[in-house]
Amino acid sequence: MQFDFNSPEPIFIQVATQLEDAIFTGAFQEGAQVPSTTEISKQFKINPATVLKGMNMLVDNDLLEKRRGRGTFVKQGAQEIIIKRRQEHFYNDYILNLINESKKLHLSEDDILTLVKRGYDNEQDRS
Amino acid sequence: MSKIEVKHLAKRFKFANKPLLNEVNFNLEENEIYGLFGENGAGKSTLMSMIADYNRPSAGQVLFDGQEVHENDEALSEIYFMNQDDMYTKKDKVSQIFSFVESMYQDYDVDLQAKLVKEFKLDINQKLNKLSTGYQSIVKIIISLCVPCKFILLDEPTLGLDARNREIFQSNLIETYSENPRTFVISTHIIDEIDRIISHVLLLQYGIIKMNGSIDEVSSKSYSVSGPAEDVNSYVDGVKVLDEEQLGRYKTVHFMDQLPDREVPASVDIEKMKLQKLLVYIMDRGKL
Repeated sequence: MQFDFNSPEPIFIQVATQLEDAIFTGAFQEGAQVPSTTEISKQFKINPATVLKGMNMLVDNDLLEKRRGRGTFVKQGAQEIIIKRRQEHFYNDYILNLINESKKLHLSEDDILTLVKRGYDNEQDRS
Repeated sequence: MSKIEVKHLAKRFKFANKPLLNEVNFNLEENEIYGLFGENGAGKSTLMSMIADYNRPSAGQVLFDGQEVHENDEALSEIYFMNQDDMYTKKDKVSQIFSFVESMYQDYDVDLQAKLVKEFKLDINQKLNKLSTGYQSIVKIIISLCVPCKFILLDEPTLGLDARNREIFQSNLIETYSENPRTFVISTHIIDEIDRIISHVLLLQYGIIKMNGSIDEVSSKSYSVSGPAEDVNSYVDGVKVLDEEQLGRYKTVHFMDQLPDREVPASVDIEKMKLQKLLVYIMDRGKL
């Protein structure tokens, strides 16, 4: 995990994002226990309440579940939820940015489509 | 829930032309970690020492659960003050000092003390005055993390500590706080190292509390915005600017305010300002 303490995002959001990423990539497997708030706060020197706030966001989003007296675990189906949500955000997060940047670079819609096509062709060649 | 209230506190010294503390008002709530900041000579140590009744104010009061702390044993047994002065007999061995403190507090955490002695690699058979500055601080740190008090005031706890020992202090502070929450007030000049550990910011300046807010509140409104000067200017128009720098047409504006409610120009970069930087700007300019 890594935190960018200069980012305009509040730290508890960054904690949530980092944990989500770890679930998404499979570093934290479904059904497995995640590190405790104390472990995370100790390692990154973050106030435990901040870490807890970030973890609770994931509990609210159905990605983590607390088991009384045992700790916090990745919920079954968490990865699927993240993928679905990221697919929904793909347009806003990537496509709009791409269009924005391409306008600044005077690249037309056709130029972009050609580039995307080229990207996929290269990908196929490699595999 | 216990609470400490500092009310209209003032401290004047006889031959000084200005009072050190003028009118200090704030509360310390239970189970929070406060960062107490201020320039050298701002009065941080004096303020802490008055909360712990080591020192009498010229005016005002310190209340613990509504009762004045002055000569109030019940209150003072819940307030621990770690300071730069020597409270222990210098010629005593560290082990003797530890036994002495242990005898004073019923629930003193001997297990944590043993763990810390090991982690810090402290030689407890050494006499206090034979230890380096750093290790003398370590002895005090260990005691302050092990005493069973609700309010722990740490005045420059990491003075003279090397980087490794400062890390040991920070992670043990977090660990003991998670296991057994209580209030810490930490004054330090190394703000970068504790800005994520503290939950509250207190800034002492010109004899008053100039800033008092939760870390979320403070950091959710301290930004540095940079980019081409005219884009930055039009974006930040109307915010309370603390400072600005310009390199040719490239401009950076530092402010303490909400982000403006308008679209961010693509050419403009927004960064959160680090607490250390923010406090330096405020102390430097004296404006807020």
